[in-house]
Amino acid sequence: MKTSSPQPPKWATRFLRWYCQPALLEDLEGDLYEYFERNVKDKGVGQAKFIYILDILKFFRPYTIRKPKFLNLLIHSIMLTSYVKTSTRSIARNKLFSTINIVGLSISMSVGLIIIAMLFDLNSYDKFHENHNRIYRVISQYQTGNNEAYDFNATTSLKAAKSIQESFSEVEGVAVLQRTFSGDLSFGEKTIPLSGFWASEAFFKVFSFQLLQGDPATALKNPFSLVLTETSARKLFDDSNVLGKTIVLNNERAYTVTGVLKDIPVFSHMKFDMLGSLSTWEIITVNAEQEMSWLNVWNSWAYVLLPANADVGVVQRRLDQLCIQENRSVQNASIKLELQPLGDIITGENHSNQIGQVMGSTPVWMLGGLSFIVILSACLNYTNLSIARSFRRSREVGIRKTIGALRGHIASQFITESVIIALMALVFALLLFLFIKPHFVSMEPSLQELLVLELSPKLIASFILFALIVGIFAGVFPAMFFAKMNAIQILKNVTTVPAFKGLTFRKLLIGFQYCISIMSICATIVIYKQYRHFIAYDLGFTTENILNISLQGNKAELLKKVLLELPEVKNISQSTLITSTGNAWIVNMKNPVDPHDSTTVFFNIVDENYFPLHNHKLISGRNFDGQLNGKEESEVIVNQHVLNRFNIAGKDPHKAIDQIVYVDNKPLRIIGVMKDFEYGRANNRGPKEVIMRYSKDASNYLNVKILANDWPSTYSKIEAAWKRIDPVHQLQAKFYSEEIEEAFVGLKASVKVGGFLAILVICIASIGLLGMVVFTTETRLKEISIRKVLGASERRLTYHLSKGFLGMLMAAAAIALPITYLFFENVMLPNIANHAPLNITELLLGVFAVMLLALLMIGSQTLKAARTNPADILKVE
Amino acid sequence: MKGTNIGEFEELVLLTIAALVNDAYSVAICDELEKNTGRAAKLGVVHAVLNRLEEKGLVKSKLGEATSMRGGKRKRFYSITNGGKAALIKSKELRDELWSKIPNLVLKRI
Repeated sequence: MKTSSPQPPKWATRFLRWYCQPALLEDLEGDLYEYFERNVKDKGVGQAKFIYILDILKFFRPYTIRKPKFLNLLIHSIMLTSYVKTSTRSIARNKLFSTINIVGLSISMSVGLIIIAMLFDLNSYDKFHENHNRIYRVISQYQTGNNEAYDFNATTSLKAAKSIQESFSEVEGVAVLQRTFSGDLSFGEKTIPLSGFWASEAFFKVFSFQLLQGDPATALKNPFSLVLTETSARKLFDDSNVLGKTIVLNNERAYTVTGVLKDIPVFSHMKFDMLGSLSTWEIITVNAEQEMSWLNVWNSWAYVLLPANADVGVVQRRLDQLCIQENRSVQNASIKLELQPLGDIITGENHSNQIGQVMGSTPVWMLGGLSFIVILSACLNYTNLSIARSFRRSREVGIRKTIGALRGHIASQFITESVIIALMALVFALLLFLFIKPHFVSMEPSLQELLVLELSPKLIASFILFALIVGIFAGVFPAMFFAKMNAIQILKNVTTVPAFKGLTFRKLLIGFQYCISIMSICATIVIYKQYRHFIAYDLGFTTENILNISLQGNKAELLKKVLLELPEVKNISQSTLITSTGNAWIVNMKNPVDPHDSTTVFFNIVDENYFPLHNHKLISGRNFDGQLNGKEESEVIVNQHVLNRFNIAGKDPHKAIDQIVYVDNKPLRIIGVMKDFEYGRANNRGPKEVIMRYSKDASNYLNVKILANDWPSTYSKIEAAWKRIDPVHQLQAKFYSEEIEEAFVGLKASVKVGGFLAILVICIASIGLLGMVVFTTETRLKEISIRKVLGASERRLTYHLSKGFLGMLMAAAAIALPITYLFFENVMLPNIANHAPLNITELLLGVFAVMLLALLMIGSQTLKAARTNPADILKVE
Repeated sequence: MKGTNIGEFEELVLLTIAALVNDAYSVAICDELEKNTGRAAKLGVVHAVLNRLEEKGLVKSKLGEATSMRGGKRKRFYSITNGGKAALIKSKELRDELWSKIPNLVLKRI
């Protein structure tokens, strides 16, 4: 055979030999070779090789695959007991090694368990609906002019929902939920506040919420029908037979109870206390035309039920047609509709206007990624330590190989060992999981609503599977390492074992772990700094000692009167919303200079006390005076950004006074220009142009300035005052600073998670380093003793032993620090408005803390080794 | 009995084996099929059919002599068993019988 002629790729042939039955192999290999030669001639070497590989993959079929031999299986199963036995012995003998690995793995696995349990919970959302995989939500996207489209809304327009219901033959049913149906329900003497939605007739056709009483087909048909959940019904009625009873809502209208629902399951993405029939809403709604407009995509959720085996693409095309048709009827804006599967709601993209809490995909991926890093770190520990102590086990491997163990046998023995360790770690991980669970869930209020994390047989089974995977993953490298050992070499002379050659590889692994540790601690420090910075951010007005009380529909005047009687209350103002916490109300404003230019501005409706109470600074003009109370709105205070945006009076705050602007098509006179302040959250780049409007009737909150030494007693006084005005609702009062802290709860949660994981990674890396130092110094004890006998001092010896590790740590810091710094400086922080500047000394502090811990680990062990009596070691041999 | 009924492609492969007499190995069968039918006969398909025919007992095979060709791998030569012959004859008879039932008129007008 000529060697110069082109040959087919060897690895492909090897693959064929591996999978193919021996009886079929020879001639098949020959056939393929013949075709290869032919193709080389006809089509060239490259293509011939490609076809050869493709053919070999194509021949991977049931009839060609080698059947596992019974004898091999038998040997493996017999040997398995032996592996388990030797493994447990080895685990028991090497206490340090086992402890380090079990501790490391169990800590990291507990995080993994949390994530698995979380995924289980998220995955079981909305599965109780009989037709859950045929239900889709219609989501909408709003776009004005040529501007960039807004994000998709979970809501859609009522008009779209109605059109789908009437003209789409492809859908079996459309369930529409309209907000908001809430208020105080009274029956006889009792009054309770409940909230829910207006729901269309087909609601119970699409969804499988179980009706305990009433007929699902007609419960939401007639106007003024009401469906209660079991709990709400029990709160309101004494007896259980409630069908047909009449309830009064907000002392206005009477509703008939037409159904009682079994309580909403935990894993439902929508939660409510009651449902009113949508036909009621159609009767009582005031501005029906506005509500039914094509562009009003903010208030209704529409869910469609498609027939089994329906083509989603067809329905989507119908939706596109509908959009094209309807978009023609509106000017300067367009709507796009899409279908979102029910299963994607909880973990899918984070659309705005959700009906309830959702998780979104980002946190799931983030948590998953972080926990993967922690688990990887623990697995690296295992790999590292197994190889580091390999010289202890090498004799055993040598003897096994001499007796006749194949590579596969050795590998399975070591994998068995790592799997046993992983399973032992699972036991501790499970205990840790039960301990961490409540802390994790209470980290953020939304998690508390979303997750249960309850143990179930299925969950336990997947935990065990997870432990097996972790065990195999941790053990696969050591197993390969041991399996490759040369038996003769080992038995002749232990010191030639490749463990000593693998030192660089192991140092790399440890270095990698330390890189991750330093990065995570630095990232946590940076995020924590940002959190503190935003909590204490100077918003442009004072928030100190201001208690915001939600009016919950009560008359502001009444409550004000009662509260002002308290000596601790210094002053009270009224407002529509609490600014700087992420809430925003927008209104259309026309440019007084150029009538074609208009934009949306952000606003708050306040009374005359608001400005002095919050210390808002006026650059020119005056505050509202109480004169306008009860009259037509005619005055407005704007901020500097509004002047700049519209170029009012040459941007001069003093000349801007008495100019007329059109807000919501009403002419308003500018009476003052206020200094800019943060209207949205301090870390948002959104709202800039802000106006303040005046009215005492539109307030949702009282802002109460309080000077009190004894806060608990003051609070109970306020509560008592509230009870006099409103016996039905609970007092909802929060200090301004608390509200701001709550607005940053997400950031706080990421600090907590980040900090927790950083500590885990550092712990795992530290114990890994400890083990590594122990095993390496152990192998060098003889060398140390000889050096000592020859006159080396303890200090020099410690330095000599630690040198390698120190270098590695330095390298890790030198890599990790710039990466973290550059990542935050160039990627993360530029996206956050008003962020605190990066402080390199704080990062160095984090690095220093990690280093100190590492030095402690290294120093303690090397010093111990340097202090050993050389005679003890040298006299043994 | 399993294996007495054969598919169209199986029949073609069987006939090709019979026609090639002593040189019926997989690659040659593929080439011959391609030449006679004018359609591409992939090794993967033919190999699977040969394997199935052997399982059914319609063909038997033996490895040939080792040569320096084909990367030193031997060829597997196929030959038809008595069962294979019977199956071929049976399918031919079935066709002939059906042909004989067709009145001449019907096919003349093509």
